[in-house]
Amino acid sequence: MASLVPCPHCGSRPKEEFTIKGAALARPAPDADPDSWFHYVYLRENPRGAYEEYWHHTAGCRRWLIVCRDTVTHQVNTSQDAAAAKGQAA
Amino acid sequence: MTSYRLPQGGLIDRGHPLSFTFDGKALQGVQGDSLASALLANGRRLVGRSFKYHRPRGILTSGAAEPNALMTIGSSGRTEPNTRATMQELYAGLEARSQNRWPSLAFDIGALNSLASPFLGAGFYYKTFMWPAPFWEKVYEPFIRKAAGLGRATHEADPDSYDKCWAHCDLLVVGSGPAGLAAALTAGRAGARVIVADEHAMAGGSLLSETAIIGGTPASAFAEACATELRSLPNVTLLTRTTVFGWYDGNVFGAVERVQRHIATLSPSRPVERLWRIVAKGTILATGAEERPLVFGGNDIPGVMMAGAMRTYLNRYAVAPGRTTAIFTANDSGYQLAADLEARGVRVSAIVDPRAAGGATYAGKARVLRDAVVTDAHGGRSLAAIDIRSGSRTDRLKVDALAMSGGFSPVVHLACHRGGRPVWSDEKAGFLPPANFGGLTPAGAARGIDGLAACLDDGARRGANLVATFGFTATPVAFGTVEGDVPVSAPAKTLWSIPGGKGKAFVDYQNDVHRKDLDLAVKEGYGHVELAKRYTTGGMATDQGKLSNVNAIGLLAEARGLSPGAVGTTTFRPFYTPVSFGALAGAHHGEHFQPVRRSPLHGWAARHGAVFVETGLWYRSAWFPRTGEKDWRESVAREVVNVRRNAGLCDVSMLGKIEICGPDAAEFLNRVYCNAFLKLPIGKARYGLMLREDGMIYDDGTTSRLEENRFLMTTTTAYAAGAMNHLEFCAQALWPDLDVRLASVTDQWAQMAIAGPKSRKILQAIIDEDIGDAAFPYLAAHEVSLFGGALHGRLFRISFSGELAYELAIPAAYGDSVAEALMATGRTEGLMPYGVEALSVLRIEKGHVTHNEINGTVVPADLGFGKMVSLAKPDFIGKAMLQREGLAAPDRPRLVGVVPLDPADTFRTGAHILAKNAAATLENDQGYVTSSAHSPHVGSTIGLALVKRGDERHGEEVVVWNGLNGEFTSARLCPPVFFDPSNEKLHA
Ligand SMILES: [Zn+2]
Repeated sequence: MASLVPCPHCGSRPKEEFTIKGAALARPAPDADPDSWFHYVYLRENPRGAYEEYWHHTAGCRRWLIVCRDTVTHQVNTSQDAAAAKGQAA
Repeated sequence: MTSYRLPQGGLIDRGHPLSFTFDGKALQGVQGDSLASALLANGRRLVGRSFKYHRPRGILTSGAAEPNALMTIGSSGRTEPNTRATMQELYAGLEARSQNRWPSLAFDIGALNSLASPFLGAGFYYKTFMWPAPFWEKVYEPFIRKAAGLGRATHEADPDSYDKCWAHCDLLVVGSGPAGLAAALTAGRAGARVIVADEHAMAGGSLLSETAIIGGTPASAFAEACATELRSLPNVTLLTRTTVFGWYDGNVFGAVERVQRHIATLSPSRPVERLWRIVAKGTILATGAEERPLVFGGNDIPGVMMAGAMRTYLNRYAVAPGRTTAIFTANDSGYQLAADLEARGVRVSAIVDPRAAGGATYAGKARVLRDAVVTDAHGGRSLAAIDIRSGSRTDRLKVDALAMSGGFSPVVHLACHRGGRPVWSDEKAGFLPPANFGGLTPAGAARGIDGLAACLDDGARRGANLVATFGFTATPVAFGTVEGDVPVSAPAKTLWSIPGGKGKAFVDYQNDVHRKDLDLAVKEGYGHVELAKRYTTGGMATDQGKLSNVNAIGLLAEARGLSPGAVGTTTFRPFYTPVSFGALAGAHHGEHFQPVRRSPLHGWAARHGAVFVETGLWYRSAWFPRTGEKDWRESVAREVVNVRRNAGLCDVSMLGKIEICGPDAAEFLNRVYCNAFLKLPIGKARYGLMLREDGMIYDDGTTSRLEENRFLMTTTTAYAAGAMNHLEFCAQALWPDLDVRLASVTDQWAQMAIAGPKSRKILQAIIDEDIGDAAFPYLAAHEVSLFGGALHGRLFRISFSGELAYELAIPAAYGDSVAEALMATGRTEGLMPYGVEALSVLRIEKGHVTHNEINGTVVPADLGFGKMVSLAKPDFIGKAMLQREGLAAPDRPRLVGVVPLDPADTFRTGAHILAKNAAATLENDQGYVTSSAHSPHVGSTIGLALVKRGDERHGEEVVVWNGLNGEFTSARLCPPVFFDPSNEKLHA
């Protein structure tokens, strides 16, 4: 696990300040078919390499981030505000 | 004959004597001594007993790799077991005790283990202690534990404080030997922010034991000058007594600084140890190299020592190893030692060199035996003689000290902490750090560079190159000519096994693993390096095989006919050396282990005699005992009855409170709750159920609409933080298009429940507005004025008890006064405080659920909330998955009440429900009791339970089965609301 996580709002911060939710999957449309919902709620990839996850800067700015890290090298490649990732102002 | 202090020389202060004790005996050393050098200066060779065979052991090294000289330092709460005497600075009054001996160090009964050694070979744990199984607990384990030879931790509390800190730098230099100093000076002079860490008390590393002259300055003075310059640079921090113990992701290093481990009288204002986390752009690994022992018989007899250590004791501490010395060396470093010994007047009888042409430049008096090996050392508690084999001939030579050097292994540990594997070099006869693995640059002996001048040069160049990548213009510092620099030169061939020896030839001293154990491991099919480690326990002691691992690999390679590179190493993991729990815990112990949350009404509760209970971080008032009450049950029952009869006041400040504002706040709530919120009128509260995306209930609470675009949500105490995180996720990650803002206001409000038939009358006395049923009906929620406008608060007509009840929220700082004012005005009405125990009884009587029932497996319909769910809404969290077939299955466990048939009977929460006459098996399990209490209202134990088809089984006779205690209680299922099912009281 990365020792430091870059927060787009707070800079590089110790990982202890964050909580991880898990894979940053797109929530299906409310009327999407049951399979899509089943995948969203229960199924996860376990990739070797780049992996996008929701991280919450709980003990910092309290923003939800999408952090892309490498599961092999533990390198954090990118980190962006989850709202910004959806094209909304943070 | 034994070791002794020389009359002059060394980096010690003879004018500053220090008294200390070893096993109770008073001894004297001097300022500048390590505990090990002081013991040697006192002629103390025997310092410990070995782990398995209890063999006499002496000091082998002068540094962190020491496997033998482990001692317990200090007393009472400051007891520190397994301290390496080689790393412990001497101070006045130091108390050291040897370990692993009984009854005494000199006479040790455990040494009889040596006689039993055929049974204690490799794998003995697995072979000897197999059968019979009960023997493991009763016989084998106690025996092993008794025999296991390490110090004992104290049970007393550590009286000292520990600290933690972060540091950021451009360049971290690990080790302050020649390469480290050169790199640090180069980077420091260039203006880079540099941190230099060294595990010893003085900067300098090998320079402190060196006799060479650098640019006209003796090596030790040169080291001091470098350290002085580094300390003078504002951009450089020099940390001595600091071990960098781990390399972590993000180029973060862990280090522990022993701030006051070398001091007789500790300053209470400073920590004893400080844990550093150092973030470095780049790192120079200048950790040097560890000298390898040679594996001959009796290589553990006190008096046998690493050649480099002997040189350190001689030059730095002015301690001679003995009167007659021999040196067994497979490289040229032994010849430097010989020259130094002779220069100090210590006789060197022989230099034994397995090479044909080693030590070509040696011009001393010692007899040099080439193509020769030491096969055995002899002596009991002190070395007496060695056997030297040259060709076919073996001669015995009387010596009282023997130095050995099998070659040098770069200290690559840190470089391998993040998954990199060291690389074997035939040329260097050692494992080198992995190349290009992250931001760590090895320099000097740590990457196999040989010789003082070369190490200085390498450190300066590598330091300059590294900081250049961060934008600094650095010139490698040049230090002038080095005189007396004799490169060690790698041995022509490595010398792993030495044939012809008779005694035990130790590989891992600390775990008593000898050569034959490794042979056995290979023979029995455990030759893989990872298997051999477990089979022999080699490398598994507190020194983690710093001295032994490479020899073990060499021996395995030899036995298997492979190169050491093909055998490979085991995995390197932090910590490099043991780190105290104190340093890792830092300030987080005792009452600082976790924060304590006290409600704004804590003082009020305490004044009224509350007994507090820890719930998470909170201290909640559990009940309020009164004189004459026998036990807590009596107090709780009185509080419950009083609420039902008169009125009670309960602190509910710890409920989570979240303000939700913005034009889309109503829409937001409509999506996070499964029930409808869009049309909640202003000034009204509504019970809300929050689901998880899988359809299960997540949390519940009331939400009130204070203004058109301003809501106040309450959550359960336990889920307050989680619910806030969840709402933030919904607002930011799922629906950032909604214009909504969230703020936790839990700490801003003191909140009290005032429940009972007289609650309105009591409240009306302090509230300015009319709160009669017409003006302030059930579920009314709005701001109120108190004490004639002196204060404003929020009043909610909500009830957990089923009684006419209110919750009054007051700005936190005024909570205590308002609670006391209510107690005063309510006294004539019989108002009493009640705690969470009574609150719980009241809610079970009324059939209200908590997280006992909301256990992560229930959907709204399971708890009777099916009709609340608004499937007409286009979207809410959990909507899609809630509609799965299984979640509507008819035999799902559903909420039901349960009462014993005989009111005198009772049952417990967690007990299971069986159909009447059904056998007590898991297959017959119908569900379980989620909450239970003694109900004064019903006059017996009552329970809430989740039972298959529970809502259809009211009136059915069942058995409540407590399998843990073997209790069976006949009971009847019933509606879950035991009190006022028609809600008349609520709406009174
Ligand atoms: Zn942040």
